[in-house]
Amino acid sequence: MTMFSEFGKVGFVPATKVEAFVEHLRKGRIVGSRCSACGATAFPPRADCVRCMSPDFTWVDHDRRGVIYTFTRTVAAPAGFEEIAPYTLAVVELDAGGRAVAWLGESFRGREVAIGDAACLVPRMWEEGDSLRVLYTVERPPECD
Amino acid sequence: MTRVGIIGAGHGVFGRRTDATVQELAFEAFRLALEDAGGIGRDELDAAVVAAVPEYHRQRSVAGVVQEYLGLNPKPVWLTEVACASGSAALRTAWMAIRSGVHDVVAVIGCQKMTELETPEILALMGRVGEVQWESVFGTTFPGYYAMFAQRHMHDFGTTHEQMLAVAVKNHFYGARNRKAFFQKEITLEKALASAPVSSPFCVYDCCANADGAACLILASAERVRELGGGERVVWMDGMGAATASMSVLRRENLVGLPSARQAAEQAYAMAGVGVEDLDVAEVHDCFTIAEIMAYEDLGFCPKGEGGAYIEAGRPYIGGGGVAVNVDGGLKSKGHPIGATGVSMTCEIVAQLRGESGARQVPGACVGLTHNVGGIGQYSFVQVLRRD
Repeated sequence: MTMFSEFGKVGFVPATKVEAFVEHLRKGRIVGSRCSACGATAFPPRADCVRCMSPDFTWVDHDRRGVIYTFTRTVAAPAGFEEIAPYTLAVVELDAGGRAVAWLGESFRGREVAIGDAACLVPRMWEEGDSLRVLYTVERPPECD
Repeated sequence: MTRVGIIGAGHGVFGRRTDATVQELAFEAFRLALEDAGGIGRDELDAAVVAAVPEYHRQRSVAGVVQEYLGLNPKPVWLTEVACASGSAALRTAWMAIRSGVHDVVAVIGCQKMTELETPEILALMGRVGEVQWESVFGTTFPGYYAMFAQRHMHDFGTTHEQMLAVAVKNHFYGARNRKAFFQKEITLEKALASAPVSSPFCVYDCCANADGAACLILASAERVRELGGGERVVWMDGMGAATASMSVLRRENLVGLPSARQAAEQAYAMAGVGVEDLDVAEVHDCFTIAEIMAYEDLGFCPKGEGGAYIEAGRPYIGGGGVAVNVDGGLKSKGHPIGATGVSMTCEIVAQLRGESGARQVPGACVGLTHNVGGIGQYSFVQVLRRD
């Protein structure tokens, strides 16, 4: 049984109509939603179509590649993130549409990041205490190939 | 529908107010506002609207304790909350109540006690400022969001960190002359640049500070303005704009401006029948330095992308050739008691339009504007205020 609260380093949302997103992520897939009525796609996914208001949707693989839209190196971290600070958050503009925010992963270690750099989302999973954590990090080629 | 006028304004001291509860802070501003309205009595009021962000207070349902402490029972009261724009939202609901004819005289009280919480509680709250499902789970922060706007603005338009900090230097220059401000001291660009990093490109001096404080305004219909004899000093709420944008910044068209602020400004200018060229003075939401630069652009003080050059040329200073901006110190120097901020902005414009701002007075000011933003542009309110 998936709990959406497994998503991210600190989970705030225990349940959602799109919680299967986490199951797909565990299997290494980045998915978006496609409206069953009008075909509109969304990333991050949403259960209810913002365009035609249909509540029916299906999961579709979402191309995980894109470019860095913007970023910031965060020094002052909120509760639950202190031990990983400083970390760099980046917004990735995905080629398939939509954006994601996540922190830069290992492939960026020791490298300067710049707006416009090629990047992608890579699923990650680890255990923290008793709980499983699932998320994606922002990586650079060749991790994106 | 009736025109709505401001007949009284009261502003408490902003800062670390370890001496007072939130209702005591509200009382200070409320008493000053009644006095400023020619000493009218509480019996002249029909209702009150309280602006505050509840999660900072130990007291739940803060409107109730404020209403009791001000001695306003059994008159109706309600709370408005749209994050840092709560004050302007409260003013809008009071304006709506008067325009609709339900009430004739309404007190709007913005009050906030932010320093009651312990550091761990503040850090936990800090982690939930954004959209919590897809963003907060990665440790996004409030400075971090605006920092990402700043980074993109620098990339697209060549805006520099020095230009951003020039905003802080200006606001501290005027805050040093405001006896109600938290930080009444000037700063230098060198000192600002040397301050500790927060979230790149921001350092400490790019960020405003949490504060405690309250501000109050008394609003009345045109008929009641006449009856209460407030005619000479009344400031009219002639243009009232409000708009929203997506909670998630991931779903915005771009991260170089706030579409809600642009839309609210268009509404306010149109309703008041004024243009940027008519403005003498403005209060804009400088929670972070880039926010004031984007405000110059979103409000049409300069073209998109030229906000950095606008401050670098000194145009938002009094006599600088542009619109005088945040000449009370802004959020940066005054401090940002989030529920009170929008009301505080309007208080300053009221004082400016009456010519009561002393050393910070914009000569001959008769049209002013406020720009109050909630969150990262999720909510924007723009007012055009005028004195006849």
